[in-house]
Amino acid sequence: MKIVVLVKQVPDTWSDRKLREDDRTVDRDAADAVFNEMDEHGVEEALKLKEAHGGEVTVLSMGPERATETIRKALAMGADAAVHVSDEALHGSCAVGTSAALAAALRTLEFDVVIVGTEASDARVGALGAMLGERLEIPALTGARSVTIEGTTARIERQVDAGFQTVEADLPVVISVIEKINEPRYPSFKGIMAAKKKPVQTLSLADLGLEPSTVGLAGATTEVVDFAPRPPKQQGEIITDDGSGGVKLAEFLATQKII
Amino acid sequence: MSEVLVLVEHADGTPKKVTFELLAAAALLGEPAAVVTGGPGSGAGLVESLTAHGAQKIYLAESPDLEDYLVAPKAEVLAGLVADKAPAAVLLAATGEGKEIAGRLAVRTGSGFLTDVVDLTADGVGTQSIFGGGITVHSRVRAGTPIFAIRPNAFAPLEQAGAGVQENVEVTLSAAAKSARVVDRQVEAKGDRPELTEAQIVVSGGRGVGSADNFSLIEALADSLDAAVGASRAATDAGWYPHQHQVGQTGVTVSPQLYVAVGISGAIQHRAGMQTSKTIVVVNKDPEAPIFELADYGVVGDLFTVVPQLTDEITKRKS
Repeated sequence: MKIVVLVKQVPDTWSDRKLREDDRTVDRDAADAVFNEMDEHGVEEALKLKEAHGGEVTVLSMGPERATETIRKALAMGADAAVHVSDEALHGSCAVGTSAALAAALRTLEFDVVIVGTEASDARVGALGAMLGERLEIPALTGARSVTIEGTTARIERQVDAGFQTVEADLPVVISVIEKINEPRYPSFKGIMAAKKKPVQTLSLADLGLEPSTVGLAGATTEVVDFAPRPPKQQGEIITDDGSGGVKLAEFLATQKII
Repeated sequence: MSEVLVLVEHADGTPKKVTFELLAAAALLGEPAAVVTGGPGSGAGLVESLTAHGAQKIYLAESPDLEDYLVAPKAEVLAGLVADKAPAAVLLAATGEGKEIAGRLAVRTGSGFLTDVVDLTADGVGTQSIFGGGITVHSRVRAGTPIFAIRPNAFAPLEQAGAGVQENVEVTLSAAAKSARVVDRQVEAKGDRPELTEAQIVVSGGRGVGSADNFSLIEALADSLDAAVGASRAATDAGWYPHQHQVGQTGVTVSPQLYVAVGISGAIQHRAGMQTSKTIVVVNKDPEAPIFELADYGVVGDLFTVVPQLTDEITKRKS
């Protein structure tokens, strides 16, 4: 089974994330760069599928030079090879442009299953899996909390408002996973050493046959007009419970006309 | 004035509250036109309330295929209407499904889309709250038909009737749209509590609650306020409460009138999902917990004494 797993390097949620003043894109130098959490679960699921069915796992990532850190980590976890889509002209791509570049990269690869995290922690758009399905005209099984593949059929369980659904489709498929699906493994020392020798192919826009004007800031379908930090919230009254804390809290809710 | 398409979310024969909010948002941009997608006969019962909340037109797209396959058929129906009606914009709810449909529709129509929009101007500038609510961004779509996925509770519904002119839409779907088959549904009883993203009040429990059994305290407080129950990631990871109730990054984002955080420290992870709540009250035994920074009112104390007392007091005041 040929599996491609998409990974993204994102600014760490726990650090001070900013937008750049000059072009209003994510300031990737302001914050620590980390492996997008749901994508780590994606890599784990890809490795599990390989363990169950054989085959190989290829990592696909789009991002600046620095994204190689994330790619190497996925390789250290056990993926076999990687493709890095990297081009200055991709800077500032919107969700639509990103999906175009990644779909173009996927067209250069053979796959039965493409795995993505359901959302990235920076932009939180949550539509990449569906958009790749749309572009590649293959089924997208999204929001998976479990994945099974039998023969040529992929089946997932997904959470919906009213409970759970089981959804199935014929391979090839895109599957997006949530973080509850598994517990990602830590790279072993051996894995880290081996990752240094695994092949990483770099693809530019020219390699993908994409015009620079269709992606990046130049081709973005949306634009940020302006932005500002949210003003810090004025902290309200904080009391220490003296045995009547619950009553006092109810009193506050009453003054707010909530009860 | 151009039409603005609103994808109707409905369950059990009634539109969800967010649909009425979307109709109000659509009225800012043009003539609200509701698009109902569902199985045969699913639209008839929705017409009256959609009309009462401002729908000038109501497109009814009914087919068994709209229930039996994941999201793609709805995107295809909307793409057909975008081509036929040339609307000024398309509005959807910023739910997991709504955002996927928005993305598919954007690809199909060569448009841009904005997600988690919390405010909108008449000239199509959307407000978003990003990076865990730390930055407020104004954005606009500069390609195709603007698509906005709007957060529940961001707009007040209009109590102004529209013309409600109905038009049936023929549903013919491509094979690709019918490739992800829903083969089983397990419905979980959710009782009488409001849905998390739509609730006016949310009561959430975190690590401090300590066990699945103790969540009954959170539920009792929620019920006294007619609130939905939320949970922090620590609580859902521990298996104390189901994942669909998780508030925060990797969970749902809520923006209720009142958010009650009980035994939740308030890591950025959690704040990302509740920071825009109008009023926030906190019960936590740790005075250093960062959640207090967001509190309009906070009680430093043991939740096992404060919460039952609060529940009793609310019940007493309401009776």
